[in-house]
Amino acid sequence: MDISFDLLINAIAAGLLLGGFYAAVTAGVSISFGMLDIVNIAHPGFVILGSYLAYFLNINFGIDPILVSILMLPFFYALGSLIYQVYYLSFEKRGQEALRGLAFFFGLLFVTEVSLILVFGVDYRYVEAIYIGPSIHLGIVDLPLRMLVPCIAALALFGAIQIFITHTFTGRAIMAVSQDQLALQLMAADPIRIKRIAFGLSIAVAAVAGALLIIIQPVEPSVGREYIGRIFAICVLGGLGSMPGTLIAALLLGIVESITATFYGPSWAPAVAFGLLLLTLAFRPAGLFGR
Amino acid sequence: MNTTKFALITIVVGAAVMAFAHWFKVDYLFFASYTILQFIVLATAWNILGGYCGYVNFGSAAFFAMGAYSSVALHKFDSLIDHWFSGSFAALLHGIFPLSVPVLILFGAIVSGIAGFGMGYLTLRLRGSFFAIATLALAVVLQTLVVNWEYVGGSRGAYIIRPESIEFVGITINYIEYLFGLMLLLAMLSLVAARAIERSQLGFGFATIRDDELAAEACGVPTLRVKLIATTISGAFMGMAGAPFPYYIGYLQPSSAFGLEYAVNSIAMPMIGGTTSWVGPLVGAILLGSAQQYATVSISSEVNLLIVGLILVGFVIIAPNGLIGLVQGWRRAWRKP
Repeated sequence: MDISFDLLINAIAAGLLLGGFYAAVTAGVSISFGMLDIVNIAHPGFVILGSYLAYFLNINFGIDPILVSILMLPFFYALGSLIYQVYYLSFEKRGQEALRGLAFFFGLLFVTEVSLILVFGVDYRYVEAIYIGPSIHLGIVDLPLRMLVPCIAALALFGAIQIFITHTFTGRAIMAVSQDQLALQLMAADPIRIKRIAFGLSIAVAAVAGALLIIIQPVEPSVGREYIGRIFAICVLGGLGSMPGTLIAALLLGIVESITATFYGPSWAPAVAFGLLLLTLAFRPAGLFGR
Repeated sequence: MNTTKFALITIVVGAAVMAFAHWFKVDYLFFASYTILQFIVLATAWNILGGYCGYVNFGSAAFFAMGAYSSVALHKFDSLIDHWFSGSFAALLHGIFPLSVPVLILFGAIVSGIAGFGMGYLTLRLRGSFFAIATLALAVVLQTLVVNWEYVGGSRGAYIIRPESIEFVGITINYIEYLFGLMLLLAMLSLVAARAIERSQLGFGFATIRDDELAAEACGVPTLRVKLIATTISGAFMGMAGAPFPYYIGYLQPSSAFGLEYAVNSIAMPMIGGTTSWVGPLVGAILLGSAQQYATVSISSEVNLLIVGLILVGFVIIAPNGLIGLVQGWRRAWRKP
């Protein structure tokens, strides 16, 4: 009983750290899917792209992965803006986002994954940094720095996004664009420009999350697909576009997955997110805190 | 042209293809064309839901693999009968098993059809994109289940010994030719079904949902029921395409049954051909399927998948109505001046 209690506490601690990271991965989707109503299923593709860029710069130039992620921000922001422009002109403007827009993002996800396989192969890749390896011991709880550092970085990023969205004009405009485009236009803001900024932001956040991912675990190109279920489960459970809801849902999923992995084996973990997603869709489609 | 006439024409064309292949008698031709026929079934099945109804299914690989693994499960059951049962019941089971491939196809259809219905029931009452997301995650989770399910081979995969040949009304035919013939029949069946649906009241129901679901509901179309019929039919056909697959490939492992190429091809083929009629998936499957057979042999399978992905992205941006739409556009432009 004593041992299993230790295990449980450690599993919950690990789950909280994992959940903090999941919050960063999902933040981008909460913006694009939750607020802009763009079903960007290619999001994990950009996460993995961020991982591989962090890997490339870390191995060749020895740059710290978290520093890399900050350096990558403008690049991925520009990439996101460009993709939104193509998406807007080709699908949103013509009202075809339901079928062809989805197929477009699916194609992007697919092309990213196959390109990474062609360039880097299917071997697992990892980064090197001083905080990979040691752990902090707090009584019976072990906190590996490999998990703790990404979790703190993720929560800092998440907090920054939350402040940006609630405290700046552009951020509030992003929240408004999902509710009433006409009203936004009357406030002298161009909805298309606001959406472009928001989508660029969501892709930039994906890249940062990718750099954090490769600190937590070795990465190969198809890892992204496991994250599709997770991020959309969190996003829906968190109530589509609510940042505090996303954080709580992410921590919840992290804990449930960690406990499942500890007591039933890690090969079952991907099924947890999907089960949670299906249950949420069936019973609480408005999310945990939805009205 | 009514459905009976169309079915007759399909049978004539199918018989001609079969006769030609039999006369040619090269095993590679059977192997390669089996894959193309399989893609015709998958693309047509995807299009019944995606093209007619406007609901995107990213889980084609999952429905396909469900068909394949239901065959593996029933195949394994045969060797375990004596282990589990005894006496007259075992004898009775030995009379039924091993099941023939057409029966396995029927089982695959039932399993995947039920899965399609279940997925639809859980997610179709919500916004359209939820269904797409759920199907995307379905493939990952089913793969997790199969990897953890020792009975069907787990992550190691399962061997299925394919018989050399089969007796068929007194004639001995090569087994791969037999599988080819079955898949040809399935392709014909799916095309006839798709065309019949397109022109039926059900097909008009699908089209109203695709164009404006709210208006369809207001006009008295029972949208949920119609959508559930679409997911069930579409899933069932995908399961049928998957059921003979273990016999075709001989060794089934999760990564091949849940292969990316099924998910991407069954979307890319209708999108490239054109989604509004049965012709689109057929044209797309034949063009893209043969091109891939060529590219896999001459370049590499990764490059070939990359090309498919790029073509898909290019087509949805530039030619939203596929090749059929392009041809119609040219014909219109031809007539005008």
